[in-house]
Amino acid sequence: MVWRNVKWPIYHLFVAALALLMLYPVLWMLFSSFKESRTIFVTAESLFPTEWIWSNYADGWKGAGGRPFMDYITNSLVIVIISTIGAVLSSSLIAFGFARLNFKGRNFWFSLMMLTLMLPHDVVLVPQYIIFTKLGWLNTILPIVVPTFFGMPFFIFLMVQFIRTIPKELDEAATIDGCNKFRLYVQIIMPLIKSSLATAAIFSFYWRWEDLLGPVLYLNSPDKYTVSMALKMFLDSESASNWGAMFAMSIVSLVPVVAVFFIFQKQIVQGMSTSGLKG
Amino acid sequence: MRQYSSLRRNLTGYAFISPFIIGFLGFTLIPMFVSLYMSFTSYNLFTSPRWIGLDNYTKMFFDDPKYWNSVKVTFLYVFIGVPLRLIFALFVAMILNTGSRMVGTYRTLYYLPSIIGGSVAVSIMWRNLFSNEGVINSALTAIGIGPISWFGDPNASLVMLISLSVWQFGSSMLIFLAGLKNISPEMYEAAGVDGANPIRKFFGITLPLLSPIILFNLIMQTIGAFMTFVPAYIISKGEGGPMDGTMLYSLYLFRQAFMFNNMGYASAMAWIMLIMIGILTVAVFLTSKFWVFYESEGGK
Repeated sequence: MVWRNVKWPIYHLFVAALALLMLYPVLWMLFSSFKESRTIFVTAESLFPTEWIWSNYADGWKGAGGRPFMDYITNSLVIVIISTIGAVLSSSLIAFGFARLNFKGRNFWFSLMMLTLMLPHDVVLVPQYIIFTKLGWLNTILPIVVPTFFGMPFFIFLMVQFIRTIPKELDEAATIDGCNKFRLYVQIIMPLIKSSLATAAIFSFYWRWEDLLGPVLYLNSPDKYTVSMALKMFLDSESASNWGAMFAMSIVSLVPVVAVFFIFQKQIVQGMSTSGLKG
Repeated sequence: MRQYSSLRRNLTGYAFISPFIIGFLGFTLIPMFVSLYMSFTSYNLFTSPRWIGLDNYTKMFFDDPKYWNSVKVTFLYVFIGVPLRLIFALFVAMILNTGSRMVGTYRTLYYLPSIIGGSVAVSIMWRNLFSNEGVINSALTAIGIGPISWFGDPNASLVMLISLSVWQFGSSMLIFLAGLKNISPEMYEAAGVDGANPIRKFFGITLPLLSPIILFNLIMQTIGAFMTFVPAYIISKGEGGPMDGTMLYSLYLFRQAFMFNNMGYASAMAWIMLIMIGILTVAVFLTSKFWVFYESEGGK
C-alpha cells in the first residue's frame, strides 16, 4: 500500500531527472553563451554564469568572415523558402498521381521511388557535383534548391499514405461534376491534406536549415554562406577563442528550430511516428 | 474510343509523376551510371577521365590502409552505436508508456535533442563538452576516472562520436512508443494471471510484438548511421582525427573527392558503400524471419 503512494512521485522524479540529463548539454551551451569567453572552461562544471555577459551576442552578431550574422540568416532563409516551396508542391503533385491515378507502370515507379529512399546519397554525390559544375552552377544556390522541385521521396511517401485515407467517392463525385484531374488535385485533395503538407514543410525547413554538405560543396564565397557555414567559420577561427560569441550564435541558429518544434510539436511527432526516417 | 481513354488515362498519370521521373533520371540514375564509369577511371575534374580499369578497387582493397581504417571506424560506429541507440530508445519508450498526463511533455523533452541533432551548432557543442577542461572531463575527474584525452586518443574520440549518436535516439523512441500503444493491456493482464513476472512479460510479449518495428528501426538507423558525415566533419574540423579515429567512411570519401580531387577513387568508394549497405540490408531481412513475429501469421 505504501508502494502505491510513492510509486508515482518516484517515477516522475526519475523520468524528469533523466530528461534533465538529456537536455544538460543544450542548457550548458545556452548558459555558456552568457559567460565571459575566458571563464567558460574554467567554470565548465557550474551551469550558471556568475556574471551575465550579454556582449557575446552582440559580438557574434557582428559575424564571421567580415559579414554580419544577419546576412547568413538571410542566405539560409532564401534557400529554405525556395526549396520548401519546391519540395511541397512537387511532392504533393507526384503523390496525387501515385495515390489517385491508375496508369500502366504505376507500381513500378512507386517501388523505384521507395528504393531511392534507401539509396546512400554518397553514390550520387560526386557525379552530381560534376554535373552541377559543368552546368556552371557552382557558387549559386541552384544545386541546392533545384533538385527539390523534382519531388522528395520521403515527402511523397508521407503524402501518398495520407491521401489514401481520403474516401475515393469524393473523387468520383467531383469527376461527375465535370472536375478534371488537375482541378481535383488543386481544389479537392490539396485542402484535405493540409496537415501532411505542413509536416513536409516543417521537415524541409529542418533539413535545409541544418544542411552543411550542400553549402560546403557548392557555395564558396562568404556572401553566399548559410548559417551552418558561418558557425563552421567561427569554429575554424577558434584560435581567436571567442567561445562566447560562437556559443551565442550557435544558440541563435537553434532558435528557429526549437521554436518551430514547439509550435508544431503534434504534427512533428505524428509525422515521425508514422515514418521515422530522420534522426 | 476505349483505347483512346486508356491512353489518356496513362498520359495523365505520367504527367503527374513526371517531375519524379525527370528528377530520378537526372539526379539519381544518370549520376549513378556516371559514378560507376568514373570508378574505373582516374579523374581530377581538370583533365578528362582516364580509364584505369580496376586500379581504384585494387588500390582500395590492397594498398590503402586509410581506407580499411575508415571501414573499421564506420563499422564500430554503426555496430556499437545503432544497437545502443535502439536499446536506449526502447527503454525510454517503455518508461514513457504509462497513462500519466505528463507523458506528452516528457516525450517532447526527450525528442528535442534529435530535432536539433543534425545541426552544426550541436556538433560544436559536443566538441566543447568533451574538451580537455570540458564538463565531461570535470565529471569523470570527480568520480575518479578521468580526465580522458578525447581529442588525443582515436578510440576515445570515436566514443565521443558514438555518444552523440546515442543521444539522438528520439525518432526511434517515438516509433517504439507508437508500437507499444498498440499492444493491448489485456495481454499483460492474462500473462499476469498466469504468474508471469515483468521480465517474462517483456521477452514473451513486448519484444515479439514489437519485432516488426525493431526491424524497421534497425534498417533505417543502420543506413542513416552509415552515411553520418556532419558530426565527424565538425568534431574533427574536417580532418577525421586524431589519428583517423573519427574518419568515418563518408568523411574519407568526401576528403578523397573534394580535398584531393580523386573523383574516380571516391566513386569506387561510393559503389563499395552501396554494395555493403545492400548486403547488410538483405542480411537483416533474411535473418528477420527467425526473430520477427507477425501477428497476422498467428505465431511463428
